[in-house]
Amino acid sequence: MSIVTIQLGQCGNQIGREVFSAICNDFHSTHGLCYKKENESYQEACKERFFSEEKKTGVPVARAVLVDMEPKVISQTLSMADRSGSWKYDHQSRFCQKQGSGNNWANGYSVHGPQHKDDIMNLVQKEAEKCDRLGGFFTVMSMAGGTGSGLGAFVTQCLRDAYRNSFILNQVIWPYGTGEVIVQNYNSVLTLSHLYQSSDALLVHENDAIHEICAQLMNIKQISFKDVNQVIAHQLGSVFQPTRSPLGINWQVRPPLPGLPAPPKPSMNRSACFNTSLANLVIVRGKEVQSADLGDFRDPSLYTSWLNMQDAFSVWKTSRAFNKYEKSASLVSNSQFLLKPIDNIVGKAWNMFASKAYIHQYTQFGIEEEDFLDSFTSLEQVITSYTRL
Amino acid sequence: MTQSVVIQVGQCGNQIGCRFWDLALREHAAVNKKGIYDEALSSFFRNIYFKFISINDTSFEIALLIDMEEGVVNEILQGPLRDVFDSKQLITDVSGSGNNWAVGHKLYGSQYREQIFEKLRRSAEHCDCLQCFFIIHSMGGGTGSGLGTFLLSLLEDEFPEVYRFVTSVYPSGEDDVITSPYNSVLAMKELNEHADCVLPIENESLFDIVSKIHQMTNSGKLGSTVKQSSLLTSSAGGINTEQEKPFDAMNNIVANLLLNLTSSTRFEGSLNMDLNEISMNLVPFPRLHYLVSSLTPLYTLADVNVPSRRLDQMFSDAFSKDHQLIQADPKNSLYLACALLVRGNVQVSDLRRNIERLKPSLHFVSWNQEGWKTGLCSVPPVGHSHSLLALANNTCVKPTFIELKDRFMRLYKKKAHLHHYLHIEGMEDTYFSEAISSLSDLIEEYNQLDATRGGPTVDPPRLKIAV
Repeated sequence: MSIVTIQLGQCGNQIGREVFSAICNDFHSTHGLCYKKENESYQEACKERFFSEEKKTGVPVARAVLVDMEPKVISQTLSMADRSGSWKYDHQSRFCQKQGSGNNWANGYSVHGPQHKDDIMNLVQKEAEKCDRLGGFFTVMSMAGGTGSGLGAFVTQCLRDAYRNSFILNQVIWPYGTGEVIVQNYNSVLTLSHLYQSSDALLVHENDAIHEICAQLMNIKQISFKDVNQVIAHQLGSVFQPTRSPLGINWQVRPPLPGLPAPPKPSMNRSACFNTSLANLVIVRGKEVQSADLGDFRDPSLYTSWLNMQDAFSVWKTSRAFNKYEKSASLVSNSQFLLKPIDNIVGKAWNMFASKAYIHQYTQFGIEEEDFLDSFTSLEQVITSYTRL
Repeated sequence: MTQSVVIQVGQCGNQIGCRFWDLALREHAAVNKKGIYDEALSSFFRNIYFKFISINDTSFEIALLIDMEEGVVNEILQGPLRDVFDSKQLITDVSGSGNNWAVGHKLYGSQYREQIFEKLRRSAEHCDCLQCFFIIHSMGGGTGSGLGTFLLSLLEDEFPEVYRFVTSVYPSGEDDVITSPYNSVLAMKELNEHADCVLPIENESLFDIVSKIHQMTNSGKLGSTVKQSSLLTSSAGGINTEQEKPFDAMNNIVANLLLNLTSSTRFEGSLNMDLNEISMNLVPFPRLHYLVSSLTPLYTLADVNVPSRRLDQMFSDAFSKDHQLIQADPKNSLYLACALLVRGNVQVSDLRRNIERLKPSLHFVSWNQEGWKTGLCSVPPVGHSHSLLALANNTCVKPTFIELKDRFMRLYKKKAHLHHYLHIEGMEDTYFSEAISSLSDLIEEYNQLDATRGGPTVDPPRLKIAV
């Protein structure tokens, strides 16, 4: 079963490449203590999921569409993949323009979207047709800029329209709290409210949180975006790589699903939980997985009262180690943990909106004040729903 | 890759422009050792053949040189950069504008409109994707000020989707052109209405920077270890090997400003910052588009290993008055927005660390408390391992404008020299009254924002959802 990845904007393309790189490295790494046969089926599944094969050379070709409104990042992405020698992108599977979106969500959504819809969806269709069995779509984008966020929201809508029954998972990067982009809160509010209408699940990574991981857990002194992206890629890989569950990736999640995978460490210590969960998924890989004690995760007090424990908690296991970690665990969680960040962003955006700052930049591309209000309303509803879990 | 067209108008504009092209070539030569025309170059240059070592083969560039008296442009054409410019990209007249905005704007404007438009159209045709016009001029004279601003409305009409970034040199208090307040205020109205972004420059600031560098390099302490080519004021390594002219050092600073501003468009980086992003993030309200710029470092020591302490110093310097290109005090005024464009081996953690460190001492407007726009470009400027350009939209420009208004009123009340302007065809008294009114409105907008500072911030109540 295959997944088609759509990389949008600078962030999406930079992270996307790291993800394929991490998956490819894992594919080639040792199989730890699992049986050779299991390793072989792992590799088969992984390859099928993310890569097709170049006919002449047998080199794995990522099942991906690269989209950006300016050419520099995609050029870099393509050549870095080529240089790796172990995998590559299909150079035809890219769509570029020249000017960028100027960090303007309205430009990405209302101008670039409709203008380039056909070209982009054609590329997606080509990739989809290469798959024997299409499992779904995975988009990688940031919320803060113009292309990933605005065009990303538009493309997600198009995917939903064109592939009604397919699963759509959006990887959304939450920007640093103290700005990478001044209008990032506007762009984030507009993105999230639109994604909610078309996406099945939103997988969230916060730059601040990943930055902390790099600093505290990995002791990196001068943290670069490359470091941040590699951590994100590692986490995504640890979730997406095959497990022994018969269904492969279990797409039965409650929509929508904002979640944050915890860092893969063997320790299962969970200190007192504060956030109520709707659903949790734990993935364990490597040595002694069968004996891993996951009882703590089944504590009913972690979950909202109106859900059945069977539905709320799932475990996937494989004794095949991931990326040289003898043991690793990942947690994907749909819980209240994201309440504070969303509330924060909505608060700051609302503050700015009240003074009408920057609005003229959006209205000139067709996003009016009413559109902003709709988005704010939509997110306040999400916040209320999660608060009442 | 997008392209930009540089339009240099008047004596000041052309002298700065000349330094810009010299340093731009130097920068690309340093990055592109084989001297092959590449994508990065294509943002400012188009070419047929291009060699860095000998400028024998023709190399054209996307520039338009305009002056209403021939001296400066002729000098450029006879100088070492002569092959860089295509003679079709010039517009000159003979007698100059006599430091009269009306002559530049009304007389030469209408006379040369067709010709200018024709050449612009041709420049634009050579561009794959034209993103921005850079206009370089001074405010105090006649051609740069009058004809330069005439161009703005022409550009807005004919190329509405292309950004208009203006680098304006404002006159100082002791300017020897008596009518410079008139010229400047008349020009301001055009900048208010037709420019997307204005980078005001003041000669006093440039002069102070030159003096500071001079002092540091000649003080004996650091003299021998400073890399000559790294001086913000230096022309070393450029094509121009003749003796430096008096304003060259100061003009090099402005040239470096433009190079840094466009670096992320021309070179790769982990977080690109394009020109349209600068306009998007730094202009919260259409008319408040005046940006205070500061550049660091002013020079680099020859010692290659740079501990992060020195990196942090670079960030601190960007917020010190010594490095600004206008005389203003942003730390004691209100920030509406701030952008940091870093070049070289600097990573996101360095950025974050320094933003956290500097934030507490800066006052941001209530609705933009964390209003930072950041960019990381991998390629540093010539002679440096890293550099920083800070652009601030800050109410500290207000005093400059108020002073300009005062100087204008002192003349206007006495009707001094008005007849020179009014006898130009098409020029009326309303131009003056509308111009001063436009400036007053602008000052008032800044006043209102300043008034919000310091008061208790009450967040507007959020939407309530019916359950």
